[in-house]
Amino acid sequence: MSAGVLHGRALARRFEANPATREPIWMKRLILTIALAFFVLFLFLPLVAVFSEALRKGWLVYLAALVEPDALASIRLTVLVAVIAVPLNLVFGVIAAWAIAKFDFRGKRLLTTLIDLPFSVSPVVVGLIFLLLFGAQGWFGTWLFEHDIKIVFAVPGIVLATVFVTFPFVARELIPLMEAQGRDEEEAATVLGASGFQTFRRVTLPSIQWGLLYGVILCNARAMGEFGAVSVVSGHIRGATNTMPLHVEILYNEYNFAAAFAVASLLAMLALVTLALKTFIEWRAGRVVTVDD
Amino acid sequence: MSIQVENISKSFGAFAALQGVSLDFPTGELVALLGPSGCGKTTLLRVIAGLETADAGRVILDGEDASDTHVRERQVGFVFQHYALFRHLTVFENVAFGLRVRPRRNRPSADEISRRVHRLLDLVQLDPLADRFPPQLSGGQRQRIALVRALAVEPRVLLLDEPFGALDAQVRKELRRWLRRLHDELHVTSIFVTHDQEEALEVADRVVLMNRGRVEQVGTPAQIYEHPATPFVYGFLGAVNCFRGRVEGTHVRVGEARLPHDGQVDGQVDGQVDIEGAAVVGFARPHDLAVVTDLAAANGVDAIVSRVHAFGASVRVELDSLEGAADRGEPAHYEVVMPRERAVSLIDGQRVRLVPAHLRVFADQAA
Amino acid sequence: MTAASVATLTPTPLLPRIARRVLPGFGLTLGLTLVYLSLVVLIPLSAVFIKAGSLPWGELWNIVSAPRVVASYQLTFGASLLAAAINTVFGFMLAWSLVRYNFPGKRLVDALVDLPFALPTAVAGIALAALYSGNGWIGSLLAPLGLKVAFTPLGVLVALVFIGVPFVVRTVQPVLEELEIELEEAAASLGAQRGQVFRRVLLPLLLPALMTGFALAFARAVGEYGSVIFIAGNIPMVSEITPLIIITKLEQYDFQGATAVAGVMLIFSFAMLLVINLLQAWSAKRTGRGR
Repeated sequence: MSAGVLHGRALARRFEANPATREPIWMKRLILTIALAFFVLFLFLPLVAVFSEALRKGWLVYLAALVEPDALASIRLTVLVAVIAVPLNLVFGVIAAWAIAKFDFRGKRLLTTLIDLPFSVSPVVVGLIFLLLFGAQGWFGTWLFEHDIKIVFAVPGIVLATVFVTFPFVARELIPLMEAQGRDEEEAATVLGASGFQTFRRVTLPSIQWGLLYGVILCNARAMGEFGAVSVVSGHIRGATNTMPLHVEILYNEYNFAAAFAVASLLAMLALVTLALKTFIEWRAGRVVTVDD
Repeated sequence: MSIQVENISKSFGAFAALQGVSLDFPTGELVALLGPSGCGKTTLLRVIAGLETADAGRVILDGEDASDTHVRERQVGFVFQHYALFRHLTVFENVAFGLRVRPRRNRPSADEISRRVHRLLDLVQLDPLADRFPPQLSGGQRQRIALVRALAVEPRVLLLDEPFGALDAQVRKELRRWLRRLHDELHVTSIFVTHDQEEALEVADRVVLMNRGRVEQVGTPAQIYEHPATPFVYGFLGAVNCFRGRVEGTHVRVGEARLPHDGQVDGQVDGQVDIEGAAVVGFARPHDLAVVTDLAAANGVDAIVSRVHAFGASVRVELDSLEGAADRGEPAHYEVVMPRERAVSLIDGQRVRLVPAHLRVFADQAA
Repeated sequence: MTAASVATLTPTPLLPRIARRVLPGFGLTLGLTLVYLSLVVLIPLSAVFIKAGSLPWGELWNIVSAPRVVASYQLTFGASLLAAAINTVFGFMLAWSLVRYNFPGKRLVDALVDLPFALPTAVAGIALAALYSGNGWIGSLLAPLGLKVAFTPLGVLVALVFIGVPFVVRTVQPVLEELEIELEEAAASLGAQRGQVFRRVLLPLLLPALMTGFALAFARAVGEYGSVIFIAGNIPMVSEITPLIIITKLEQYDFQGATAVAGVMLIFSFAMLLVINLLQAWSAKRTGRGR
């Protein structure tokens, strides 16, 4: 009779039907009104504002802002950065989750905390770190200059900064999931003679696929949308080292609001797709669990 | 204080949990609500407590209609299966909770609260643990704390939902005896829900047996066990052997065999009594069957010994029906309990005849 | 075969047998994890401390305690604390509504709570600036009241509230979902009024989760840059946040100054990480959800 198996509407119905957990109707209305007003004010209106501002001067201006060469270059760069950073962190996330969830060792908690570390570092500080390492006055600056390799104020720097800020997404999604699933199934597969890789592919992967996808989607959203860290290492060279968020900034600072919001609306759509997929995955994953019950 | 429920019905979606249940719980008794899971016993308890609102019917506490009284005003003590202790509060504060939340004018003084809580903790011999937190206690200790927490507010009735359900067998038995002693001391009208027939029969003054949202039988443990009112009650209380057949005068014809019955057929369809040829089912407890090795003996059903469990003071024998011997050709299995010395000669695979000493006959609803 | 010959055939091992791990890949995966973690995160992060540590103490102190920098701390930490507090109150109400009530559009609200995680901060920044500027939808409503939000410290607060919303909601929501309904039933059956149940039972049980959400929102707000700079106005001593100080110093090629301030922020981040870990452990214990 625990509430654990119930979710969403069914759970709320239970609370609303139970005399012991039901609030007086005026109190329920008050709480709902305040909560939803907060939601509209801080989440819904900003989202609507993006699209409304983007279309303020009509569809032609909107489309023109998107097909303009610098805008297209920023889109290409954003996709390129994500295509490099997301797979890197995906592979790392799976490897780290296997080591942490399937084995016991000293310092496991510390390692888990260190993996989460990039989340607590200010994006600006992240950018600064890579300047200190690879900038003209940085540790490797002279060596890089002599060999004519550009990292900061170039694409590699942007990729590095993005990899840093998106580092934990996949791992932190998988670790609790794989810990909860335990080791029994993998051990059974091993006893049956499966190799390590076969065990992973045939036993572990099918049961973590939704969590994996979840992590990848969030990782991708952050990779495409990162602003602070990338801003520091990019150098803001139009058409060359501007990602979409940086392009938005430049347009905005030039008072070209319609174009800024047009590019921003693409990123907002990416956010909406991300949230839709996330909701879908949560629903799917929830359904898998109930079927298993 | 007395409790009456009148015509209580409650549905959850399409599932009818209670269908017109009416019961009378006399003052000072300890009553068990017994039945299989899903029979509506917990729902009935929660309706009495006010934790669930019935779709129809009334709950009358001490002669007053309490159907619309909120749970916090009903003055019932409720003990949950999983204790529901507040884990951020000490044992002492858990027990004191109900006193502390009273409106200021009814609230006892701090000294009075302390005195009453310690007295209650003494009653269950847990006073030394007053400063512990619930996670530091064993299951049995938690259940006792949950019980005195409910008693602290001096409830008019005490309601317990599967109070021993989450405990292991040893602690269960101990707490059962303890609950009975406590009830004999305090005499608070109490109702407890259980799916364990042994627990109900051992502890309660009166047992209410429920099935599919209806009351099957109400009675003392002896009445319920000795005189089951329905086939369901017969089947639910302990092992039973079934013989399906048709009425033939003072006997029941089961396949080839004729068995004498107790002389009365219960639960007649359409109110017809003792109809010749009516489809019936006869019940006999394992100790009411005699195993006869003389195959010429009259009035018995033939069976093959499949297994003899010969340990303990009495012997349990499992048997299978012969092909065609059982009614409608379905294979049947029987169980007989007999004193050890009478079973010495029995061997696996032996053909024997089963003769019921008592056969209680009901109209066969399935036929 | 005699006992003696058995003994000679199977010599006792010199070392006690090491407990073997059943599943393969421990050394490989842990090794790769440590290498990648060190290369991408740990070594680069250490650069800040090594660089900042190379400065003489006096100079370091002068940089991080300059009036303009201190003003930025006050704004950043003050606004972040306030924003986290606002989020704790309203995020709790939102989480409560999502778990306990059904209302039209609940699915949409639930999904959009994560918007600040998914929406690039720059986009949020310009959207908030547009909303709260003098001629924006909200700004134009507030202007007659004499309230200016955009390009003032109040604008910083608005942006920090926005990015902090999901932290409290998503920390409290699962705890609220898993809280046994029996606790409230028990309290009610003992005669407690709804308000007493909330104050004496629910709030103490949810407190660790609320504090964790607060700490997460606060930690995130302090480091936030993208959504703030567009709405803040960035006036030195008034509405300039600490991350912007670092950017400004970098633009002036003052690497040492930037690094010193970044060091202060990093130390704060580490401290918050520790606090959040402790809070989460407390929360797991309090709600009986041991890991």
